[in-house]
Amino acid sequence: MSNPTPPVPARLRLRDLARLSSVGIRTRKLRAGLSALGIAIGVAAIVAVLGLSASSQAGLLAEINELGTNLLTVTNGQTLFGQTAELPIDSPGMIGRIGPVTDVQYVGALSSASVYKSPFVPSVDTNALSVDAASLGLPGAVGTTVAQGAYLNAANQNEPVAVLGAAAAQRLGIDYIYSGQRIWLGGMWFYVVGILNAAVLTPEIDSAVLVGFPAAETYLGFDGHPSEIYLRCETSQVNAVYSVLANAANPEAPNEVDVAQPSEALTAEADAKAALNTLFLGLGAVSLLVGAVGVANIMIISVLERRSEIGLRRALGATKGHIRLQFMSEAVLLSLLGGAVGVAVGALATAIYASTQPGWLVVVPPLAWAGGFGAALLIGAVAGLMPALRAARMSPTEALWSI
Amino acid sequence: MSAPLTGPLPGLVPGTTTADGAGPLVLQLEEVTKTYPVEPPVEALRGVSFSIHQGELVAIVGPSGSGKTTLLHLMGALDRPSSGRVLVTGLDVAMLADRELSALRATRIGFVFQQFFLAEHQSVLDNVADGLLYAGASLLERRQAASRALLRVGLADKLGSLPTKLSGGQRQRVAIARAIVGRPAIVLADEPTGNLDSAAGASVLELFAELNAQGSTIAVITHDMGVAARTKRVVQLLDGRVVSDGSPGPGPTATGSPFHE
Repeated sequence: MSNPTPPVPARLRLRDLARLSSVGIRTRKLRAGLSALGIAIGVAAIVAVLGLSASSQAGLLAEINELGTNLLTVTNGQTLFGQTAELPIDSPGMIGRIGPVTDVQYVGALSSASVYKSPFVPSVDTNALSVDAASLGLPGAVGTTVAQGAYLNAANQNEPVAVLGAAAAQRLGIDYIYSGQRIWLGGMWFYVVGILNAAVLTPEIDSAVLVGFPAAETYLGFDGHPSEIYLRCETSQVNAVYSVLANAANPEAPNEVDVAQPSEALTAEADAKAALNTLFLGLGAVSLLVGAVGVANIMIISVLERRSEIGLRRALGATKGHIRLQFMSEAVLLSLLGGAVGVAVGALATAIYASTQPGWLVVVPPLAWAGGFGAALLIGAVAGLMPALRAARMSPTEALWSI
Repeated sequence: MSAPLTGPLPGLVPGTTTADGAGPLVLQLEEVTKTYPVEPPVEALRGVSFSIHQGELVAIVGPSGSGKTTLLHLMGALDRPSSGRVLVTGLDVAMLADRELSALRATRIGFVFQQFFLAEHQSVLDNVADGLLYAGASLLERRQAASRALLRVGLADKLGSLPTKLSGGQRQRVAIARAIVGRPAIVLADEPTGNLDSAAGASVLELFAELNAQGSTIAVITHDMGVAARTKRVVQLLDGRVVSDGSPGPGPTATGSPFHE
């Protein structure tokens, strides 16, 4: 033998591989675009669903955070016999003596009183409004503010005046306050002095008409027992306060007290909303699957059509591995292009929709875009595997001479 | 028969067949057969032996069905013989793994096809540069070699053109440039004039003669005796056997080959 050392195949440079893998896409742009479309739609759907739910959740959570997670509520529960229990009159005071508690406010439900716009409204049309006696610092404690007029104060809490929750004002048809405006409450006229903004953490305040404790006792026969206590405490001590609250509120019968943290419930609600998106994610996944089949299909056709190219490359010295790599990376490139378009469209859709929704933040979570790209990469690899193996298996002589 | 073939230095092999073919052996075929395992089995080659020395221009002629294409597959290390030995630059094709055969083709064999097989979306320069794609050269090196090769085939002014803008004869010149860009040990041309009119075909053959004069070893596989008449050595194939090997005019004959009894 003149030259006994067999030659060793050269490795493809990365730059050459990039050129090779884009051959099919550059020469058949429309077809490549259409086959990447399925993946683009699937990725866009997934990114948009994850982005929209994250955006709405982020908005809600930001609002909850702003309102504070240190609000706790104490409600009268039920007795052993199933009747409504009563909180002791001095339970707000007892709760106020817990160290980390910074603010205690309370309401007392006037279950016998109903409220109407005028005495001519049929008595059955209660509009599901409740009448509560309320302490003077309630709006601050529950995280709402006065929208119009003023809140109850030391001067008017003895008088027949009322403040409307946001929903209550709407249902009574009262948009603004004018001097002398009154409502028919518990069989007599009460003057409206203010309207509150919505209380996100405590929706029960929204549908309530609030009067002063002394006025309730004077005019409506109220017994002075609070029905719900709202308290703020140091955020780091929420759990500690939570655990002693029932005992503090009603030492004689702590089991007749319900303690809750409204922000917890709202956060759970936000999470539950996100869980509904599983359905839409499933639809996105199906669309990705269809996209994957599309890419696999186009790659198989491409391999059949490009027999002579494959044969030529083998004749020029390409190994089976070179051919496999070329078609594999073409499929991956194709679906990555689809993935990139999908991520862009999904993020854009999220941004556009979320910015039109009040209280939403525009959030495209890393899971969404990284997941979109990852899914595209995986799909390209899986969809390209079989066509690439076929292309590599093709014998060079058949590929070149049987066309 | 094989004493010369197993010698350590092919350049010293005695009894070369052509007047100017005293260079080393680049291709040796020893009693090569190829049978395709279809039903009934097709015996495409039935004991073919000849060899090609560096610097030769050989025509391998035969009617269709004579085994030309099969012979080309074997000479080009695209396929392995059923029996016998094929040695390309001294390497036994049967002993090499598929990836080693690929590397052999990448570095030592150039192909020219009847259908040109040019990539339409690529410039002439890059088509030629692709001839070195699998030999491990960088894009810059490949393009430099490609422009030199295009200069040699007389297309120095067409580097940036697309193959679709060229005539058939020019396209085949591009394909020839691609075959010689890596300075292979041997160029195998399969019916290189088959898709060309007679004038373009003649100019392609002239180019082969020029390249051969500059030192390239070229084997032209054709059914066209007119093509064969223009080379110094003709190997005639019929029914899978070599029926004559030598100059179309006066010169060594088939019996002059050391591989023919």
